[in-house]
Amino acid sequence: MSLENRKITLHEMSLRDGMHPMRHQISKDQMVAIAKAADQGGLPWIEVTHGDGLGGGSVTYGFGAETDASYIAAVRDAVSQIRISALLIPGIGTLDNLKEAIEAGISGVRVATHCTGADTSEQHIGAAREAGLDTVGFLMMSHRADPETLAAEALKMESYGAGCVYCTDSAGYMLPADVTARIGALRQALRPETELGFHGHNNMGMGIANSVAAVEAGANRIDGAFAGLGAGAGNAATEVLAAVFERMGADTGTDLFTLMDAAEELVLPMMQRPIRVDRSSLILGYAGVYSSFLLFAERAAQRYGVPARDILLELGRRGMVGGQEDMIEDLALTMAAASGATHKEKIA
Amino acid sequence: MTQKLKVAVIGSGNTGIDLLMKLQGSEWLEPIWMVGLDPDSEGLVRARDMGLKTSTEGVDALLAHVRNDDIRIAFDATSAYALAASARELNALGVLMIDLMPAATGSYCIPAVNMRAHTGKLEMNVNMVTCAGQASIPMVAAISQVQHVTYAETVATVSSKSIGSGTRKSIDEFIRATANAIEQVGGADKGKAMIIANPAEPPLLMRDTIHCLVEGTPDEEAIRASVAAMVQQVQDYVPGYRLVNGLVFTGNRVSIYVEIEGLGDDLPQYAGNIDIMTSSALRTAETFAIEVSSQAITLPERTA
Repeated sequence: MSLENRKITLHEMSLRDGMHPMRHQISKDQMVAIAKAADQGGLPWIEVTHGDGLGGGSVTYGFGAETDASYIAAVRDAVSQIRISALLIPGIGTLDNLKEAIEAGISGVRVATHCTGADTSEQHIGAAREAGLDTVGFLMMSHRADPETLAAEALKMESYGAGCVYCTDSAGYMLPADVTARIGALRQALRPETELGFHGHNNMGMGIANSVAAVEAGANRIDGAFAGLGAGAGNAATEVLAAVFERMGADTGTDLFTLMDAAEELVLPMMQRPIRVDRSSLILGYAGVYSSFLLFAERAAQRYGVPARDILLELGRRGMVGGQEDMIEDLALTMAAASGATHKEKIA
Repeated sequence: MTQKLKVAVIGSGNTGIDLLMKLQGSEWLEPIWMVGLDPDSEGLVRARDMGLKTSTEGVDALLAHVRNDDIRIAFDATSAYALAASARELNALGVLMIDLMPAATGSYCIPAVNMRAHTGKLEMNVNMVTCAGQASIPMVAAISQVQHVTYAETVATVSSKSIGSGTRKSIDEFIRATANAIEQVGGADKGKAMIIANPAEPPLLMRDTIHCLVEGTPDEEAIRASVAAMVQQVQDYVPGYRLVNGLVFTGNRVSIYVEIEGLGDDLPQYAGNIDIMTSSALRTAETFAIEVSSQAITLPERTA
């Protein structure tokens, strides 16, 4: 399929989703360097936030090396064209956090809920819209909702004031046909002027293919991360998205070589682990588990002597959603006790 | 047996109904009024069936009957923000307000931790914080009674089916109230709260995870003993409150994993989040009634 004359807005994720594999420890200098490269490469948007969104810094999710506001301000001072967004998950971040982020320099916010929980976003989408932000509704774990249900939830976000709604494949579970069906249902249900977006993870190796399917079905905003730096097996790689869309005739307004150099020279050397489809990230995609659970499951596996694969499969079976990282150690303790495994640490 | 104190329930949603069911079994309290919005709502229909007086005219309708019906306690189980003025009027009439909604302004009350400080000085407005607060703060307090807690955080997971539109629309207030009460009542220097709604079917029981960072090396033995005693105190009024995993000690961090199963007599068992709120409110009201009965405190004047 040709995408001739289609305009696609790429949104860089390495400084937000990429915070998960980096345990939220990316330095301010690294952020500034990557944001400058994204700016020079013509990317229109970059997200700068704790991996779990504004206010995500916690014992449960991990504390960031810096506060969200100080990261955002540092990036804002270093870039010229590119606009900065933040992620906000109601239940984790509040409007107080959003206000700080606005003062620090964001132009947009993506208000994220579980795919069937859009009604927790009314306060936040409304306030973002009122503040004049580019306001996006972000339906996480979209594979858990059938296309009609997802469209009904998207309609709620549109009614609260979202100018764009995302189908977010947080678990990297979807195959291209799943994306086609969901984006198609959103396109039919929402107003023509409401933009559609897709956020993919590569856990089943489908990050790029799913992004292409999304654009073909009517999405015009696509998330990518340099070198794929994101949770699980990572996001769709920004530089690959740019290359693929260019070959398909679409206009992303980016400079491919600048983007590929940034991925290779700035982001790849920073990685603490290879971002690839390994057996743990493949299980995330296969079982439909939230991608940022990966490192937590591996840590719990090591401490309590329960295989990470078993933990992740059980989390999927129990229907855990984004934000329930606290249940990973809890489950590992329960599984260890049930199997009578001896573990190194003392527990009650 | 002395005369029961007469009470009104404002709000006829799930929380109001659950409260009403619990009040029916109370030896110390007698429900007289339920105030709601829709005369055909399940809550008001059931209240009338039980012989209660009902109104859809708001708190104003209740104000007119406070003296005649000798109302002494009112539970606010609405999601409305407009009740502050009504609360003052009810207070002036000598009615103690027990608020089950996070947006309200009364003094935070966690029965196992600080209830007697409120009932003892006849605090006229008490706020039951949130389900996450009722679940986590006893644990934070148990630890801070032993060792200085510099930071405490809770993640509450509730089933999507168990939270109403009021909570969904005021999720920021829920977080703020919980975090503030973790500091004020739990004794942590800094508090943080998160709430997650989980839509899994069948619905999951309410879960609450508590992480405390203590100053210095945790005194494991003393902390375990203090937490075990506190769990028992909470179970005294919330029988479905259980320690599932922990305590886990990681450096200066203490982690506790609890679960709250609802009684299941009216609402389903997964709605432990509602059960812990109504049970805590009931315990507070009953303690007030008992202290009145034993003449430890005197009923306030009706000045308005």
